[in-house]
Amino acid sequence: MIEIDTVSKVFTGRGAPFTALDEVSVTIRENEFFTLLGPSGCGKTTLLRVIAGFIAPTSGTLTLEGQNLVSLPPYRRPVNTVFQSYALFPHMTVAQNIAFGLEMLNKPRAEVKATVDEMLALVRMTEMAGRKTSEISGGQQQRVALARALAPRPKVLLLDEPLSALDFKLRKDMQLELKRLQSETGITFVFVTHDQEEALTMSDRIAVMNAGKIRQIGGPRDIYDHPAERFVADFIGDTNFLAVELLSVEGDQARVRLASGAEAQVRAPQDGMAPGSVTLAVRPEHASPGPVEGATLAGALENIVYFGTDTHFHVMLDDGTRFVLRQQNQPDQAQTHRTGDRVGVILSPGVGQVLRD
Amino acid sequence: MSDGTDLTPRSRWLLLSPALAVLLFAASGPLLIVVIYSFLASGDYGGVVWHFSPDAWFSVVLERDFFTEQLGFADAHLSIFWRSIKLSFMTAVLTFIFGFPTAYFIATRPKEKRDFWMLLIMIPFWTNLLIRTFAIMELIRAEGTVNSALMALGIIDEPIQMLFTEFSILLGMAYVYLPLMVLPIYASMERFDFSLVEAGYDLYATRWQVLRRVIFPLVKPGVIAGSILVFVPSLGAYVTPRVLGGGKQLMLGNLIELQFGAGRNWPLGAALSLTLLAIVMVALILYVRAAGDDEVRHG
Amino acid sequence: MAKGFDIRRQTGFSTIAMACFVVLYLPIILLVVYSFNAGTSIAIWEGFSWRWYQTAWQNDQVQAATIRSLVIAAWAAGIATICAVLAALATTRQGSFRGYTFAFALINQPLMVPEIVTAVALLIFFAMIKVGTGYTGLFYLIIAHSAFCIPFAYMPIRARLQGMDLSLEQAAMDLYATPWQVFRRVTLPQLWPGILAGAMLAFVISLDDVVITEFVKSAGQDTLPTYMLGQLRRVVTPEVNAISTALLAISVILVIAFFFLSRTRK
Repeated sequence: MIEIDTVSKVFTGRGAPFTALDEVSVTIRENEFFTLLGPSGCGKTTLLRVIAGFIAPTSGTLTLEGQNLVSLPPYRRPVNTVFQSYALFPHMTVAQNIAFGLEMLNKPRAEVKATVDEMLALVRMTEMAGRKTSEISGGQQQRVALARALAPRPKVLLLDEPLSALDFKLRKDMQLELKRLQSETGITFVFVTHDQEEALTMSDRIAVMNAGKIRQIGGPRDIYDHPAERFVADFIGDTNFLAVELLSVEGDQARVRLASGAEAQVRAPQDGMAPGSVTLAVRPEHASPGPVEGATLAGALENIVYFGTDTHFHVMLDDGTRFVLRQQNQPDQAQTHRTGDRVGVILSPGVGQVLRD
Repeated sequence: MSDGTDLTPRSRWLLLSPALAVLLFAASGPLLIVVIYSFLASGDYGGVVWHFSPDAWFSVVLERDFFTEQLGFADAHLSIFWRSIKLSFMTAVLTFIFGFPTAYFIATRPKEKRDFWMLLIMIPFWTNLLIRTFAIMELIRAEGTVNSALMALGIIDEPIQMLFTEFSILLGMAYVYLPLMVLPIYASMERFDFSLVEAGYDLYATRWQVLRRVIFPLVKPGVIAGSILVFVPSLGAYVTPRVLGGGKQLMLGNLIELQFGAGRNWPLGAALSLTLLAIVMVALILYVRAAGDDEVRHG
Repeated sequence: MAKGFDIRRQTGFSTIAMACFVVLYLPIILLVVYSFNAGTSIAIWEGFSWRWYQTAWQNDQVQAATIRSLVIAAWAAGIATICAVLAALATTRQGSFRGYTFAFALINQPLMVPEIVTAVALLIFFAMIKVGTGYTGLFYLIIAHSAFCIPFAYMPIRARLQGMDLSLEQAAMDLYATPWQVFRRVTLPQLWPGILAGAMLAFVISLDDVVITEFVKSAGQDTLPTYMLGQLRRVVTPEVNAISTALLAISVILVIAFFFLSRTRK
């Protein structure tokens, strides 16, 4: 329902022009929790502000339910934003903040009041209605900002890293809260974050961005298990990269030969690939340490790092590549490996993804 | 960068137009007329005669001997220029000697008390300059507080002549412009990170070395700003030298005024004004350069 | 417990600072004290009396000058503040634009050009207009004061605007407020302390001006400061102290109010 078609944004100013968005095309569906994920400077916030109307795209089109948005000023777009800094009006109370958008839309008094009450209840802030925004905590400010943006019932809610100012515990709570609000209101959420974990836990779909381009779009599982390229694999989660020889591709399956000479069945990129030297990505939890005999790969165990829930094994493979394995800890587990031991690396069958570099 | 709240160039200029109109009419525009006037001949009873003459500009530093018609330096003007620059420089030095420790003192108070001390500095600054000059005058005149006190104590038998000397002008200017020195020094000291001082002491610096090698270099931009802020108005001072110099110790401002009063040479007055303006601009440009260099260095 | 090593202490600095405060205030305090002197001297105390305030109050010239000063300051502060608000909106948080340096230099010109130079320029320019039109009213003083008050009104307003969170206005616009509604409902309410501070500063600056007034005024247009400047040539009685004290009181009250206004944060 939001159609973003070859949108580019080039900032010109003093110094060299900077391309913040490079022909970005994406369709965001109705009622979806859509996340723009990427490192800072990747263009995700710029894209959000293009949708909100604070930045005019240099080229490209942007439509919402078929209506062209580009020519509309922000106050004519049926989208609302939850700002990173919350941007609560300091000279108004909590209730006045929530009422603001409705008043600007000239809604009748009774309706404004009813909606404000409803929103206060929705974010559990009813008792705080009369407070000044400076008198409430960060988490409460966050909820007011949400209520204020939801009150006019926008077609799309834009969230610009809204959780980044909260501490860890509060952030976890708000993640669930946001998910609840999204399903209760049925409004499309477009969520910007640089936090991969936040993206994975909350989103229906994720667009991973880098250097002004969308690198991959997909569900959290897709993105994590089947990264399309090295940047995505590297940015999301921990990954081992192995130089391998691609032997054959059949559908989404591929056969590769590893540096050790062993062959393995792995996933291929969706759009196929020619045989030759390629990079294979293997998640640390998709491999386990074992005896050298019969293992796919082998090397010297350089370091064992205990993490509570799991243990990481750092292995220097025979060809000089570093490889990290992750094993979940069990109670009363015997420590079988020691630093300096020679160990085998056993890949779980069918895992590993050939990357489109 | 566009952000949706940007104004169009047209509405910008529309918003600016009232301010620019007032300023062009009653501040900047008239300056152009001064330039024109400085190239006209002077009228007999004030005003100008409308034909081109470079005389005014020559008269700024030169004069023709009344009897021999010989061209020579206008000693009277040059000595006033010299006095203006000398006294302004000394005012800057004097205010620095007193202002630096004061700014330091305020910046090292607890945070919530600093505003109070700064208010104490600011109140005199925003009160009438004439009144403050007058207060100094009362203090140092022959029958004033200082002389009365000294005589009552038997230290002197007759009043010391302090009023209408270069000393009294210097004292008055230092007094009225002191806040202009304290303000920028305080501003740069307030941001000063005192853990650098700890590091200095940790590395065996003495108090004096910490002050000279750590604190001073980092607040130098404030000191330069303060010096310019004091030097510039001192150079163009009119009220203070008029009241405390008593027409005997003229400074540039008074010399300029004379050309529109008793002396009645408007073109010369115009040329002198522009000379003053030029000196001030040079000082300001030097300041901007110094501040700019500093910014580059500190990144 | 022994006093530790105070890293912030510098020998003698506190003493000099204290001396500074004493020197700053002692002359003013003496001036105020002698305004209540019963005798005619401004150096020998002869007992407390209000007589010089009465003398000043009954002095027609002082009365006229006082009213003139206040009228000019009120007009100048009003004009300067309106100009400054509009100019601040056009120049703050907007990024640079063609002509920005020009506009900024013009606004700040009264701070950079020595007052005596502006005074001379206005004397020449207004003399031409006076000859041309025959009008010699207060307008010249009001417009001259307005001009040099603009940068003083502009500074606190601009500072306030700069300190304001741009995202607040974006939030308002995002919530369907038109540009005018954004200004009315979000920008202006937050800008008020700055506007008030700017107006007060402009008022004080106008009230205290000597040099430009001295050069621009026509005959019989003395303001309080130029009247006092004229009086200083004669034998000074505590009447001048009394007038000074009254002027000081106005300035100090406004400056303190300004100080607290500009300290109010959002």
